[in-house]
Amino acid sequence: MGVAFSLAVVGVLILAITLAVEVLGLRFLVGAVLPYVAVAVFLGGMVYRLLGWGRSPVPFRIPTTGGQQRSLPWIKPSSLDNPSSTAGVIGRMALEILLFRSLFRNTKAELHGGPHLAYHWEKWLWLGALVFHWSMLLVVIRHLRFFTDPVPSFVYWVEGIDGFLRVGLRALYLTDITLLLGVTYLLLRRFFIPQVRYISLPGDYVPLFLLLGIGLSGVLMRYFVGVDVAAVKELALGVLTFRPRIPEGIGVLFYIHWGLVCALLAYFPFSKLVHMGGIFLTPTRNLPNDSRARRHVNPWNYPVKVHTYEEYEEEFREKMKLAGIPVEKE
Amino acid sequence: MASLPKPEELVKIDYNPPRRGWMDNPVEFRRGTWLYAAKPRHLEALGLPNPREWSPEEEDWKLPPEWREIVLEGFKERLERFRSLKLFMDICSRCGACADKCHFFIGTGDPRNMPVLRAELLRSIYRRYFTLSGRMTGKLVGARDLTEEVIKEWFYYFYQCTECRRCSLFCPFGIDTAEITMMGRELLGLLGIYPDWIIAPVANCYRVGNHVGIEPHAFRDMVDFCVDEIENVTGIRVEPTFNRKGAEILFIAPSGDVFADPGIYTFMGYLMLFHEIGLDYTLSTYASEGGNFGLFTSHEVMKRLNAKMYDEARRLGVKWILGGECGHMWRVIHQYMDTMNGPADSLEEPVSPLTGTKFENARSTKMVHICEFTADLIRHGKIQLDPSRNDVFKVTFHDSCNPARAMGFFEEPRYILRKVCNRFYEMPENTIREQTFCCGSGGGLNADENMEMRMRGGFPRANAVGYVREKYGVNLLACICAIDRAVLPALMDYWVPGVGVAGLHELVGNALVMKGEAERTTTLRGEPLKGSGDDENT
Ligand code: HEM
Ligand code: SF4
Ligand code: SF4
Repeated sequence: MGVAFSLAVVGVLILAITLAVEVLGLRFLVGAVLPYVAVAVFLGGMVYRLLGWGRSPVPFRIPTTGGQQRSLPWIKPSSLDNPSSTAGVIGRMALEILLFRSLFRNTKAELHGGPHLAYHWEKWLWLGALVFHWSMLLVVIRHLRFFTDPVPSFVYWVEGIDGFLRVGLRALYLTDITLLLGVTYLLLRRFFIPQVRYISLPGDYVPLFLLLGIGLSGVLMRYFVGVDVAAVKELALGVLTFRPRIPEGIGVLFYIHWGLVCALLAYFPFSKLVHMGGIFLTPTRNLPNDSRARRHVNPWNYPVKVHTYEEYEEEFREKMKLAGIPVEKE
Repeated sequence: MASLPKPEELVKIDYNPPRRGWMDNPVEFRRGTWLYAAKPRHLEALGLPNPREWSPEEEDWKLPPEWREIVLEGFKERLERFRSLKLFMDICSRCGACADKCHFFIGTGDPRNMPVLRAELLRSIYRRYFTLSGRMTGKLVGARDLTEEVIKEWFYYFYQCTECRRCSLFCPFGIDTAEITMMGRELLGLLGIYPDWIIAPVANCYRVGNHVGIEPHAFRDMVDFCVDEIENVTGIRVEPTFNRKGAEILFIAPSGDVFADPGIYTFMGYLMLFHEIGLDYTLSTYASEGGNFGLFTSHEVMKRLNAKMYDEARRLGVKWILGGECGHMWRVIHQYMDTMNGPADSLEEPVSPLTGTKFENARSTKMVHICEFTADLIRHGKIQLDPSRNDVFKVTFHDSCNPARAMGFFEEPRYILRKVCNRFYEMPENTIREQTFCCGSGGGLNADENMEMRMRGGFPRANAVGYVREKYGVNLLACICAIDRAVLPALMDYWVPGVGVAGLHELVGNALVMKGEAERTTTLRGEPLKGSGDDENT
């Protein structure tokens, strides 16, 4: 159900954009109004989310420790998997965000006869996720050439490295392929791994179909159908500089690409994609494991009812005296 | 009580999820897989809401009339108080990496025991009542109404999680399902829904000082029993003191070590060690519990029980606190105590009186783990050890969840273990250290009526022990946790018969060469020292 529904959502989006552009002639709406709405929703939504998380305090220091603690001087601490300093935490977070450290631990449990439990090598999810995310990042960086004039040099570097493969005269970007492969892999594992299928919601398929739609329309434009790149840049720069204009000669395929990106942006803050912001705040990773060395303060720590020693002695005084246990009041 | 299926039966586990979605599958309370309801008098003793007689098996759970408002109000409050909860509700990508990391999923195949679905039990309610999309589109975004069925499902599955945090280690976003379980249990608590196995110890601990409700004189008797036993084995009479003002150190152990086999042997080990090094310490009958079942109840109850440690240390005027071997106890001390009940102004930065070592890592809480303390003693050559006295054992070591994943406590116990015994074999690497598997009975689930679920949850741990038993003939499972010592014997008997369970300081006690001791012929358990471990149990 989730799959069909999500596919339908993306299908309807594509149809709607096509209809708007081709039949109704609403190029300005799709090309120049939609992006503002989408970016506003994206930024507003993300700020709302981050403020929402930020408003709730972190009452306790609860890192999940993935290695040896710092204790006695002659025991070597695991400073990245169990950091006790801020530098260590930065290192741990960098590993998580840039290399998906925790996902790298993944294994697959299997029950064999005997009974014998085995934990098999399973780094595919890690690899797939890493390939997808890094490709995504590089594709986004490459797209900056549409939004900048002059184009900053790092964009050219990325293009140069990414496009070292050539098909005829044109560069074949590696990240175009890996992005699509990555998304496809993530989608297929949702279809075929029974547990993952069981937990999947429409909200898990929608982003993948959107990304697939964006990727495929982009690849079609670049390698198969062709698009007037100068005109696209004119549109993009116009939108960016708040002087939106709709140049002639941009095909519907581009509007589909552009419209789906807008949809993804607007959807972002209200979906699981907010993990992009959330991962930075996660209290099991971004705190040092030093709660015995430095007191962590809970802003809402409130007094509680306790059973005092006096109350205790009051109840047990005679028994304590008989047992030779010292008491406060004879 | 339900009869326990045979291991051959239990191990027929189907990992394929059912056709029907989990939201459409109501919970079935099958005997052997859940905990009895809390007796009203315990709730009354603690001033907790809605005390009444009830049972999970019955249709009517006798919830207060405005139960839904109570839960939603409580949920809102916790979202505002805990960034962890709020964030974990929002950012799960349902990648499924955590699914087969949970021992309860491995042992049951029940999809709702995948940590991600355990979290969805709460998340679905969060979506429905606290997000715009959930309010508008409901089931489409995985939201659902809060019904009594949901409350029952929460009770079943939040008490089928031992709060071991193994899932959180593997989650790319660090989502800690233990944290979610803790919140779920707090919400249930607002309706007076607790298991008796947890709330009875809490009530005892609150009033009498320890989970089993040992009154001060009886506590002293039990310690004296250990003292006699030590004398039988070593010829030396150790002299622990109780509630003694002016002692340098307050020693707090989990009470399980004082009254239950095999914990008492660990306790004997502590007493022998302290005697041998001439430590100026005292025990307390008021703070006679290191463990804290409040951790399994709510943050507030955790704080109420934990407060005793600092209060008693202040009253007795000790310099610092030394803590015994216990898992969840150390989660509370390491990650909560100072924040909840600190700062520990009356105490001083802990320094070992024997070696002069400053325990820098405990300079704020002022509480040191016995293994840190002992490892430091051994390192400085302050005690003499004869590891051959443990030659009857082939030992493997179980990392308890809390010291492992909430402290990173790996090398200290291993260092000691290597010094006190000659034959130590590690279990496979996916099952130890930070990846350790729970005993299956932590988190307050160690009641007899829950035996089938405990055996299921403990299956991955037991299976790894079985591996080293087959490969090296291991016959002893060492650990540094009182719950482990209480529950692993049953788990071993069920899955890997022939493997005993011991605390680390029991082995220290065996190996410790004491000044003026009689020649040792037996272990602390009274079993002959000579006698060959190799052909034993085969
Ligand atoms: C700081 C930036 C980001 C980090 C560290 C990050 C990290 C991760 C990780 C660790 C996962 C789990 C593995 C997986 O399910 O594949 C994941 C999933 C995912 N991420 Fe990101 N991400 C980031 C930004 C983004 C962005 C900008 C998008 C874009 C649209 C995105 C889209 C996705 C999607 C669709 C999934 C789910 C894949 C699935 O359904 O299995 N992420 N992310
Ligand atoms: S590993 Fe983390 S993100 Fe993935 S499904 Fe489990 S809780 Fe969600
Ligand atoms: S904390 Fe442990 S028991 Fe609970 S869901 Fe995670 S792995 Fe399972």
